[in-house]
Amino acid sequence: MANPAMEPGNGAGAEAVPVHSFLENTGKHKGIFAWILSTDHKRIGILYMISIFSFFAVGVCLGFLMRLEMLVPGPTGKIFNAQEYNALFTLHGVIMMFLFVIPGIPATLGNFFLPIQIGAKDVAFPRINLLSWYLYITGAIIILLSLFGNGLPDTGWTFYVPYSIRTGTDVTMAVFGVFILGFSSILTGLNFLTTIHRLRAPGMTWFRMPLFVWALYATAWIQVIATPVLAITLLLIMVERLFHVGIFNPVLGGDPVLYQHLFWIYSHPAVYIMILPPMGVVSEIVATFSHRTVFGYKMIAMSSLAIAFIGYLVWGHHMFVAGETQTAQFFFSLLTFLVAVPSAIKVFNWVATMYKGSLDLQPPFLFLLAFIMLFCIGGMSGLVLGSLATDVHLTGTYFVVAHFHYIIFGGAIFIFFGALHYWLPKMFGRMYNKKVADWALGILFVGFNMLYFPMFILGYEGMPRRYFAYLPKYETLQHISMVGSWVLITGLIIMFWNLLHGIFKGERCGPNPWGGTTLEWTIPSPPPTENFETIPIVTHEPYYHPEADPEIQREPVPVAK
Amino acid sequence: MSLSVWESEHQAETQHKEYHEEHVSYSLYILIWAALMALTAATAVIAGINLAALTLVVALLIALTKASLVVNYFMHVRFEDRIFKIFFAIAGFTIFVIFVLTFSDVYFRR
Repeated sequence: MANPAMEPGNGAGAEAVPVHSFLENTGKHKGIFAWILSTDHKRIGILYMISIFSFFAVGVCLGFLMRLEMLVPGPTGKIFNAQEYNALFTLHGVIMMFLFVIPGIPATLGNFFLPIQIGAKDVAFPRINLLSWYLYITGAIIILLSLFGNGLPDTGWTFYVPYSIRTGTDVTMAVFGVFILGFSSILTGLNFLTTIHRLRAPGMTWFRMPLFVWALYATAWIQVIATPVLAITLLLIMVERLFHVGIFNPVLGGDPVLYQHLFWIYSHPAVYIMILPPMGVVSEIVATFSHRTVFGYKMIAMSSLAIAFIGYLVWGHHMFVAGETQTAQFFFSLLTFLVAVPSAIKVFNWVATMYKGSLDLQPPFLFLLAFIMLFCIGGMSGLVLGSLATDVHLTGTYFVVAHFHYIIFGGAIFIFFGALHYWLPKMFGRMYNKKVADWALGILFVGFNMLYFPMFILGYEGMPRRYFAYLPKYETLQHISMVGSWVLITGLIIMFWNLLHGIFKGERCGPNPWGGTTLEWTIPSPPPTENFETIPIVTHEPYYHPEADPEIQREPVPVAK
Repeated sequence: MSLSVWESEHQAETQHKEYHEEHVSYSLYILIWAALMALTAATAVIAGINLAALTLVVALLIALTKASLVVNYFMHVRFEDRIFKIFFAIAGFTIFVIFVLTFSDVYFRR
């Protein structure tokens, strides 16, 4: 039986579904309790979104202040002293990494769209889903409490020993907060894995799943397997600080390099927790706005798993100068080059999808183009750092700062913004101002490159990261970078204002404003509480554009009686 | 994958429960517990013997045996569907690879 709801690009089935959207209160709780006690995956996604972007705003402000300190070469004397600067970059890193980018897309848009994209009414464990949000908030509060203890942690977000064991600041509290956040991440991963295995709609075979779901699947595996390593490592720091057991501290017979191993065994795969979901979003956006199926669908799906797996094996490249042996350096450098292969497969396939496609340059697609460019710069500079010879010179400099901001901000966060522009009309049923969105992206793109590209040059010239003062010869580039931060923030303010204005006062849009072909575009905007009145039966590949891809029709698969 | 496969994956969940009840008895649990206690005692005793380079290998082998008992019996994986065994195998393999790579540093430091 063919399902009319799966006909592409028409939003059919909208009239047949009950009118109550998930935004209307139909449950027993009222007011804020209807949100913070809701087990609806869509409401939890929005709870996460509000929390995550609140912390993002704080992280951006801290980053802005760090750049401001670079106003003059020596200590400004009036803005921050060295200790305060140490605390600033630690807090900036902890907030951006643990409270924003790692939960990022999976917890917000993943929560919202994963069940819908596979034709389910909710995730497998809705209560555990809500619990993971509470754990996230608890972890965040504990980190903030460390502000009021013995002073802000000043170790950097990596909490490297032996300094993190020695410092008098409140590292234990901050580390405990991150420990709790880890559980939130594990539960989300577990929930997604179970949902994808158990709750797919009839006919939604593995290779009919949207690529965003594949990306979330690969990410969930990393969350479940890698996060416990971090939890145990952080627990060991607490044990060492509180009970003076020699685990990492060489004075007590511990091994500080072991800490770095354990930390990066989690934190390098965590980079892929950050970047894989955005890669999934890219595949969605590129298919919708190229009006054709994704080139090399299976290769993209498999490359997500390949990245997730190889991503486990490259952590030692963070430790080339930390005293690891040459044998380890050889293996880790080799493996680092290998992980570039599946990443490149994705990029080539996205570009090949656009080739001969009917491109529609809407805001989400422009964000995607910005992403591909910035991600390529970030990725290629990563290879420079993965090479032993160059890494020895560049490690610990601004080059590294530029590299990971190009990957995390230019890659993951730019496409997070692109995903918001893509899916907010679906979530709230209203459209933002597209012209303003285009302008905001332009300003963001210029600001971003002004802010971070000079850091490549500064790092190459020897400017160390995490210094609150610098030599006069770096002044011009530091100033360009600082002004870039102002441009970037202007772009952010315009973009968020436009999105918020769109959510509350934008023009109403239909169920499928972009002509998307995956299941979320077949239900009304905003989606009903239960997503689907009847569970859809899937009969096609996810990116089915009959007018552009007639060859896809060659294998009709009967799936239901 | 056809609809029938999809259905069978969903039906599998209900079948598990019946399966567990058939295969796991209290006496088996107690036997496994006794084995775990014995292996713990063995770990403590062996720690006092100087096995030089083999110390770590022996300790890890005992730990591995204990973990497999817990996973197979207390966590019922032995009686579960293939998919859960694959899940555990992937996690186990990842940990194995992590060990190997960490030792590529630690072992060659000497």
